Amino acid sequence: MSNKDAYWNKTKNHMIVTLVLWAFFSLVIFMFGSELNTMSFLGYPLAYYMTAQGSLLAFVIMLFWTANKQEKIDEEHGYSEREED
Amino acid sequence: MFKGNFIENLPKIYGTYTGGFVVFIILMAIAEQAGVSAKNIGVMFVAFTVLIYALIGYLSRTIQVDAYYVAGRQVPTVFNGMATAADWMSGASFVALAGGVYFGGYTYMAFLVGWTGGYVLVATLMAPYLRKFGCYTVPDFIGTRYGGNLVRACSVFVLFIASFTYVTAQINATGTIASRALGIPFEAGVWVGLISILICSMLGGMRAVTWTQVAQYIVLIVAYLIPVFWISSKVGGGIFPHLMLGDEVARLGELEQQFGLVKNSAADMKAAGVPGGLKYISGTHSGVPEGGMAVWKYLSLAICMMVGTASLPHILMRYFTTPTVRAARKSVAWSLFFIFLLYSSAPMLATLSKLALMDPNLPTGIIGKSIAEVQQIEWYQRWSEVKQVFIADFNGDGILQLNEWFMRGDVVVLATPEVAGLPFVISGLVFAGGMAAAMSTADGLVLAISNALSHDIYYKIIDPKADTAKRLLVARVLLVIIGAAGAYIASFRLTSILGSVAWAFDFAMSGLFFPLVLGVWWKRATRAGAIAGIMSGILSGLFYLLWVYPKFSVPIFGGVNTPFLGIDHLRFGLIGAPVCLVVMVVVSLMTKEPDAATQKMVDDTRIPTGKAILGKQH
Repeated sequence: MSNKDAYWNKTKNHMIVTLVLWAFFSLVIFMFGSELNTMSFLGYPLAYYMTAQGSLLAFVIMLFWTANKQEKIDEEHGYSEREED
Repeated sequence: MFKGNFIENLPKIYGTYTGGFVVFIILMAIAEQAGVSAKNIGVMFVAFTVLIYALIGYLSRTIQVDAYYVAGRQVPTVFNGMATAADWMSGASFVALAGGVYFGGYTYMAFLVGWTGGYVLVATLMAPYLRKFGCYTVPDFIGTRYGGNLVRACSVFVLFIASFTYVTAQINATGTIASRALGIPFEAGVWVGLISILICSMLGGMRAVTWTQVAQYIVLIVAYLIPVFWISSKVGGGIFPHLMLGDEVARLGELEQQFGLVKNSAADMKAAGVPGGLKYISGTHSGVPEGGMAVWKYLSLAICMMVGTASLPHILMRYFTTPTVRAARKSVAWSLFFIFLLYSSAPMLATLSKLALMDPNLPTGIIGKSIAEVQQIEWYQRWSEVKQVFIADFNGDGILQLNEWFMRGDVVVLATPEVAGLPFVISGLVFAGGMAAAMSTADGLVLAISNALSHDIYYKIIDPKADTAKRLLVARVLLVIIGAAGAYIASFRLTSILGSVAWAFDFAMSGLFFPLVLGVWWKRATRAGAIAGIMSGILSGLFYLLWVYPKFSVPIFGGVNTPFLGIDHLRFGLIGAPVCLVVMVVVSLMTKEPDAATQKMVDDTRIPTGKAILGKQH
């Protein structure tokens, strides 16, 4: 397998991991909204908290994480732009 | 004044700007104490900020194609994040979001998840690859990847429909805010708004829009957060509302029990003469509605908004302006961070606003008081005069019940500072923030449309030999025409703010999402597949909208149709996008696979280093 293909395979897997996390925070937890709302976090009902703030925060953290991880993959395969900028 | 080049000095420049803005707020507060009228403070806030944007727009003027279309590809990560956040957060986000949460509760907050979660799709599937491609516009990518003028024109068609529905709503919002802040008629407000928008974008294109959007972000976030924190400490919600409103949310649940959530009949409301567009609280604040259909309604709305986010050209094109692919990825993360600051505050504002009105223990509470007493309150008189709030004493007991208090959603943001007894300088600040939010989005949209028309239709299809001066002239003329057309339609008030904003997402997802994603992720996608996919997606979505939305279906189909699987007019992208995907895959597999050159182009797009597919000047 060429370096290019190996790079793309890793990128693809990373994309899938990110999208699974994304689907969890945007869709899966809201399938169980009424069950989650019986629990509480910071004094808020949990489902209310997640839609008002929690999932949003998870997306922000996820994006910084995913960008850093992708940069590592770039470096490993010699496709880092570090020298260029 | 500053040493070194402009880009290196950005933190200093915008730091000075923010400081200047704070000084201006303090001066206005002093002016208020000195007896300057509330109306004049509002005028000064809007006029001062708009003048600053116009100045930035003028200073960023350019005669270079690269600067006009992609700001010279030198916008630093964090600043591009701020510009994208301003581009993204529209008048609707600023003015209507908190009101939506106020009345709609949990179900409405699917918009919050949708309008943020979409950025994960932007970052993983689109932004870095489009940046590497080196295109000027979104249709530029589709036209080059699939090859040919027809597919380019099809994508311009979708871009036009999606962005134009959006831009009329934005110009409408600028008009509303300008008319209220300046005390002029709505129709005049629309044209004032348009002129401000054009001054910011016409001379410098993307470069000017970028630097005004950063300035607008600073104004809008200051204008949104200061009132939230201030109101919170004023009504006893604690100094950091985002972490400390748990008790208040629980208290609202108790108050809902105490006052009772009553549904008014349409006949009662009509008899009492409740003005159109005003709502009352009939659902719980934090409760989750029961049942599978309620869950599906939430999820389907979130999906449409997320996928729509990842397909909206005015957002995607912001990531064409970063220096590198790496910077484009990080920039998406920063964008969402800046968006998060406002979006996570909207539910807090809704909670505080509700509590201020409902809690009889607070001096601001009005529910449960005598109607005669409420009618003496100053803010009530001001807002009822312009038909933004209304009281209907259905049971005739002279006491204001929860279901007898009506108000427009916008009032939550625009009037809560007054309700909570904050000085008027804060209301003036909120007007300036709303204006900044609506203007920045309108700027981005008008530019997205006119750039696609000037670059993809005029330069790439009609006159490929046009020189730089002629291309930029055409771009500017189109900018004015698109803006004027949007303002003309907005001045008829054809659209309510939110209905059409959601439509833009559905149109974009119907026609653009899969052609963009598959363009990068599936080498086998062919030109014929893309053309068939784009057209079948957008047309099936459009047809479904006409069929399901009563205002269209009654004259066209002669009746009201029941939505299929609960897919109503806010969610029609769920019809268009799957049709687009299936048609695109089937037609692609039926046609010959793309040639070696195209496959190589896709390979190169996937790798961050190396030359861009499209050169610096194209």
